[in-house]
Amino acid sequence: MNSTSIMFYIIAAFILSTGILAVTTGKIFRSAIWLLFSLMGIAALYFWMQVEFIAAVQIIIYVGGIIVLIIFSIFLTQKSGEEMPKPLRKRTLFSLLAVCFGFAFTYLIIYQYGFNSGEAPFELKIADIGMQMLSTTEHGFILPFEVISILLLAALIGSIVIAMKVKTTEK
Amino acid sequence: MNEIPLTHILFVSTALFFIGMYGFFTRRNMITILMSIELILNSVNINFVAFNKYLFPQNLDGIFFTIFIISIAAAEAAVAIAIIINMYRSLHSVDVNETSELKF
Repeated sequence: MNSTSIMFYIIAAFILSTGILAVTTGKIFRSAIWLLFSLMGIAALYFWMQVEFIAAVQIIIYVGGIIVLIIFSIFLTQKSGEEMPKPLRKRTLFSLLAVCFGFAFTYLIIYQYGFNSGEAPFELKIADIGMQMLSTTEHGFILPFEVISILLLAALIGSIVIAMKVKTTEK
Repeated sequence: MNEIPLTHILFVSTALFFIGMYGFFTRRNMITILMSIELILNSVNINFVAFNKYLFPQNLDGIFFTIFIISIAAAEAAVAIAIIINMYRSLHSVDVNETSELKF
């Protein structure tokens, strides 16, 4: 039990506790802030796994983009200081049962599988990501890259069209 | 680094997935449901990065899947929030129990 593994358990406890608070707290704005802490904890987990590029992408897109978008939509549609109505006791009980059973089942399968890890040390260079992302050879990712650019353009135009206010023209 | 077994990281991601599932079952507000979906997508990302690091350290495929999942999640959140704002404008509520206009 050295300092690296202690760091991992601290990060894991932080992610799980803030995640639980994000789905159970009563006020919607607090829920968004707890979700922000949970996503920051996941970025810390990526730093711990030494995939710095993914950690940076996680902080930029999730914390800087999606959480800000969610907070703005809370301000536009909710009274953020009020308590949300509590879920029914029966619904809480049965979803808790379903979730506990599903977690136990899935983790039992994972625990009994017995992974054999690779031998080579993992080393992530950002230049390799760029080269493989844009290469046209067998293991290149140029086609999904182009498809995702089209998807992002379509989502941009689509969200503008959906959220646009339709002018009521009287003739 | 390698004294943490892979199953402990998978424990974190599995627990996060089912926490998001719990929020998805109990919440009735569309914005909080969207937050639960973000938690679920993040747990999948942890899985991809951990499998890439521990099982296939010579490849980069898990990293690429993570990058693509993050960008699709961003697009999905933008479209979902546009739909939520449009629904609030016409129904004055984002509760999923009151949005029954598309029911047959």
